[in-house]
Amino acid sequence: MPFGNTHNKLKMNYSSEQEYPDLSKHNNHMAKILTPEMYANLRDKETPSGFTLDDVIQTGVDNPGHPFIMTVGCVAGDEETYEVFKELLDPVIEDRHGGYKPTDKHKTDLNPDNLMGGDDLDPNYVLSSRVRTGRSVRGFCLPPHCSRGERRAIENMAIESLASLDGDLNGQYYALKNMTDDEQQQLIDDHFLFDKPVSPLLLASGMGRDWPDGRGIWHNDGKTFLVWVNEEDHLRVISMQKGGNMKEVFNRFCTGLTRIESLFKDKGHEFMWNEHLGYVLTCPSNLGTGLRAGVHVKLPNLSKNEKFGEVLKRLRLQKRGTGGVDTAAVGGVFDISNADRLGFSEVELVQMVVDGVRTLVDIEKRLEGGQSFDDLIPDQK
Amino acid sequence: MAKNVHNDYKMKFSVDEEYPDLSLHNNHMAKVLTKEMYAKLRSKSTPSGFTLDDCIQTGVDNPGHPFIMTVGCVAGDEESYEVFKDMFDPIISDRHSGYKPTDKHVTDLNFENLKGGDDLDPAYVLSSRVRTGRSIKGYTLPPHNSRAERRMVEKLSIEALATLDGEFKGKYYPLNGMTDAEQDQLINDHFLFDKPVSPLLLAAGMARDWPDARGIWHNDAKSFLVWVNEEDHLRVISMEKGGNMKEVFRRFCVGLNKIEEVFKKHNHGFMWNEHLGFVLTCPSNLGTGLRGGVHVKLPKLSTHAKFEEILTRLRLQKRGTGGVDTASVGGIFDISNADRLGSSEVNQVQLVVDGVKLMVEMEKKLEKGESIDAIIPAQK
Repeated sequence: MPFGNTHNKLKMNYSSEQEYPDLSKHNNHMAKILTPEMYANLRDKETPSGFTLDDVIQTGVDNPGHPFIMTVGCVAGDEETYEVFKELLDPVIEDRHGGYKPTDKHKTDLNPDNLMGGDDLDPNYVLSSRVRTGRSVRGFCLPPHCSRGERRAIENMAIESLASLDGDLNGQYYALKNMTDDEQQQLIDDHFLFDKPVSPLLLASGMGRDWPDGRGIWHNDGKTFLVWVNEEDHLRVISMQKGGNMKEVFNRFCTGLTRIESLFKDKGHEFMWNEHLGYVLTCPSNLGTGLRAGVHVKLPNLSKNEKFGEVLKRLRLQKRGTGGVDTAAVGGVFDISNADRLGFSEVELVQMVVDGVRTLVDIEKRLEGGQSFDDLIPDQK
Repeated sequence: MAKNVHNDYKMKFSVDEEYPDLSLHNNHMAKVLTKEMYAKLRSKSTPSGFTLDDCIQTGVDNPGHPFIMTVGCVAGDEESYEVFKDMFDPIISDRHSGYKPTDKHVTDLNFENLKGGDDLDPAYVLSSRVRTGRSIKGYTLPPHNSRAERRMVEKLSIEALATLDGEFKGKYYPLNGMTDAEQDQLINDHFLFDKPVSPLLLAAGMARDWPDARGIWHNDAKSFLVWVNEEDHLRVISMEKGGNMKEVFRRFCVGLNKIEEVFKKHNHGFMWNEHLGFVLTCPSNLGTGLRGGVHVKLPKLSTHAKFEEILTRLRLQKRGTGGVDTASVGGIFDISNADRLGSSEVNQVQLVVDGVKLMVEMEKKLEKGESIDAIIPAQK
């Protein structure tokens, strides 16, 4: 259980072999890396708040694999998890983040002026543009492990800070527990609201506890800037709008995020960040920028082409269905976003999306015309 | 007692900050757990580290259930019922008809004490079944146990069951080794427990590491089964088609007693005490842990205005034919004893036998267009 570590002491009465999980049918990052020897080394450790190795890996033990994506199979319960369980998490990070080494440094760049172009993606193909990231508030445990008191404290801090936003960021907070079913359904249909947790990946790590206590969504009047409170991370910050003007989306994203961060700092609360891992988030896959910038784009021809996967890979992009992670594409419309999170700055990642999507749309147009697109196939970025 | 670090961490927040929001809740825990009680119990933990929040998590996460009044809390080990007495005692009293902290529970697994039960009409009574649970002393319970503990329970169970012979000779099927086809067959035969999808079980942590160390053992005749490491360490089930509850109960008692002997020889008896009887994960199963029931056709009686009242008076409860959490199909109901604690195994099965006999009589009368008013029973 994620709540106590006394039980961890009792578990030490059994040998490491007796406790080591059966990972024989598993295909996730944790299962690839966690050898019996590593388990033996780490199993008696815990973070200052009592998060243990078994807590870290429970989700990966309970969920052997996923049909669409290579899951990480482990989570952090607090900032210190990444330090105490380095031996496991460093190789997971390296495997997941393109060879990122324990000695590497990560750069943060939230200056939207550094983005080139991005205001002219063809809206006949690019239906919507979105940038999201996560933030964790230093000093509190993360969603797999936090208590109700901690979660509510995060919610209160978020409400206070967001209430200070004004201008085009003027908005309102909707606590999940006070929302009517209609309001909630509307927000889900608008692609604004996070689902009630049904994913076994999230449930097994304890992130669904006490639902919907302390959870909510804030959005500005224009419905172009949103903050999710206490879902998979303390905060998820999202900028989005219809059409292909990723530049504007990123502008608003950076402005809003920077403003929120300074409001939190005014109240004495920083975000978890360090120069090696960048922004520290619950899932190791989101370390660094925590940023996923993407578009919903019509690629009915390209998506059926045998080179689709390879083109995406070279552009350092990934595809998802239009329901987000865990879903399939509908009607040739794909969610295309940056594959990387760590080791590149925010500007660099959004640049890749902007440039890459432009290329994908150009290829789609060639295929519509029955033409070849070999000259457009990019080199590996 | 070892320290529970995360519990200490939470103590930095006030009671108001940590107390769960139970305003939309309707389960036994929510009825009983006041803020004052939460304040008193929140710093405690059992020797194995189970805390109040662990006990109640399932009840916080699951506000209510459409068909049944859920308990909303679980035990993580034998000591939970002692350390968190302040909460469990009133829940036990509420759930088990006023059972008091000073009451004593009687165990009677002598099948010869059952009167009748071999003649329920098979035209109506399609199948008969008796189940109970057992917890193995010295190990924590399914919401809390580690993989090694669970594997030890499995190992001991396999050993114990392998010694059974005669009508009890059988085989163990670990969930890990089962093919999908074998598994579907066992589910269709009403033998196998579901993969955990019930949010009640999931929220309590009982599905961790699934399917590691879970399995089912059954005898060759498929009339005696043991589930290993589902909601309890062991669930023991005797069943057969038709209405011969007497035979089902005989086999149940004989098999259970044999199994207990083997566990005792290995110095791992079952968790039992003279107040709570057999100690199980869910407070609703304390005492006998026994659910004796039938699948019975009651299409007319079940639509009669007094159906619920009759069940209440007979101390019986209805479920759908998929078990708890399901609805009935085609007028066929699962009818079983409502009580678990404060009466013996023999008492409870007697209530089922007598009660079902009466209800079948009522069904027959209603078929003929006759009234049943004269045979409506007094409260048992």
